[in-house]
Amino acid sequence: MIHPIPSGTRDVLPDETREVRAITDTLRGVFERHGYGEVYTPALEYESVLERADMAEARPAYRVYDESGAVLVLRSDMTVPIARVVATRYSSSELPLRFCYFAHCYRGVRPQRGQPRELLQAGIELVGSPAPEGTAEALTVLCHALDATGLKDYRIGLGDASLFPALTASLGVPQAVRLGLLEQLVMRDFVGLEQALAESGLSGEAVELLLDVPQRRGGPEVLADIPDLADEAVTGLRSVHELLEPAVAERVIFDLGLIRNIGYYTGAVFDVYDPALGTPIGGGGRYDDLLGRFGRALPAVGFALGVDRLHIALAGEERGTGALLARPGASEGPQPGSAAHEAIEPLS
Amino acid sequence: MSPVNGLTIAVPRGALFSGTVELLAGLGLDTRELRSNDRKLLFEDIGVITMRPSDVPTYVEAGAADLGVTGKDVLLEQGGRPFDPGAGGRDVYELLDLGYGRCTMVLASKAGPDPALEALRRLGVMHVATKYPRIAARYLEETGRQAEIVEVKGSVELAPLTGMVEAIVDLTATGTTLRENNLIVREEIVVCTARLIANPVAHKLKAAEIDDLLDRLRERPAADGG
Repeated sequence: MIHPIPSGTRDVLPDETREVRAITDTLRGVFERHGYGEVYTPALEYESVLERADMAEARPAYRVYDESGAVLVLRSDMTVPIARVVATRYSSSELPLRFCYFAHCYRGVRPQRGQPRELLQAGIELVGSPAPEGTAEALTVLCHALDATGLKDYRIGLGDASLFPALTASLGVPQAVRLGLLEQLVMRDFVGLEQALAESGLSGEAVELLLDVPQRRGGPEVLADIPDLADEAVTGLRSVHELLEPAVAERVIFDLGLIRNIGYYTGAVFDVYDPALGTPIGGGGRYDDLLGRFGRALPAVGFALGVDRLHIALAGEERGTGALLARPGASEGPQPGSAAHEAIEPLS
Repeated sequence: MSPVNGLTIAVPRGALFSGTVELLAGLGLDTRELRSNDRKLLFEDIGVITMRPSDVPTYVEAGAADLGVTGKDVLLEQGGRPFDPGAGGRDVYELLDLGYGRCTMVLASKAGPDPALEALRRLGVMHVATKYPRIAARYLEETGRQAEIVEVKGSVELAPLTGMVEAIVDLTATGTTLRENNLIVREEIVVCTARLIANPVAHKLKAAEIDDLLDRLRERPAADGG
């Protein structure tokens, strides 16, 4: 008998559970050592409450009615529920507040793309600690946690969600054009960005700057010679970097085009990359406006790691066969079988 | 012989193949085996894997290749609209318009009075056959016409000739096949060329290698249509 489960969900059996548990235990130990207390929140929340946050692409995808007709949603992340907890349960507590969580979140998927509908996230939220100190602390905890799991080759891409908007604003780019440019950046389409800039009527100098800056990534040198137009974001990134201990700073790649697909980020944003995986393992950033929407305006920063992705990256590093590692030219890895050659179909 | 800057590149078989091989040769890659062996898929010494153009975004998104070349038509068909979670596209960077493989996505129907117009006027809906259902549906929606999209896998030109549909949306380079089947272009939807795409993690972890390759590609003489 086959009793199917929804695509993007899965049963986790003892061998895998044991490995996943080892990872989460390690992460929990590091989070606790840094003073982050673990919380649970309900998987189901009122839609009207979570809606206060601007989730963009990561907004809740599953809705049900309760017995009185109110709309409940399955949470799509833990940052928004924790913002609610802080505003309601810690409305006058001393700051900063430090929380960690290990929780399943639920997202909509595109068919046939291997995306998880249910994903286990591990993360922290640091509330009431402004930039740059709070950001530096979050990055430090992130690196200590990943180091403790034994992940070796990871890097942190660090950008600032306010950089591109600040640049366009100080260049006096009209609102309609600004949204069009941002749209191309969100789509990761630099060809489209170049076209949109060419049609924008902006000066050649402005066009060059707006095309160049979001494509910069690398060491601190990428922060050099950006005109004063986005001083706050650039200075902010620099001061975060200066606060990091050397072992953490070494992991950072500045990425001035980094845009996360969740709407509530306001300042520094970051993604975790590992060569064993073709997609980020996790990420986070500052969300200084989110708490205010729940009634207690406080600066905050946090990150979430996809535990399954971290598990895949660890296994990939161990075998030396991750996505960007198992490559033609590498000694191991699958060789093309002769049967596979028949797979090429004539093209129209 | 070694890969360009140590990068793995997904190369499309088919119409974009020769232009892409020229491009790689221009970067100093030894492409002799790539040209001569059309059964082989994996060219380890030069960091090249070959596949159908529509599979290139899949391999690049997964990180099986750092870079890839594919048509804008493929990216549009597999892509989404920004700020629209349900329709999000492939998670790859589109880095460069390579200029060759120039084609136009068109709406075409049988010569003479446009049967699609008549269907819309009298029946309220037009039937459109295509290999690009998302591009077709999006275009017709944006231009305010009701359409039933019929997805076919091969020779789209057949569909209007048999009366199954009133119009097609298809890619054409010269228009010869359309003309031979007594079809005429009614509307041009979008011009498509070859694009260089990158895996988002490789784009960060191999930034210097990718940027160097981009600089070399930008400095090359303008493509002549591949």
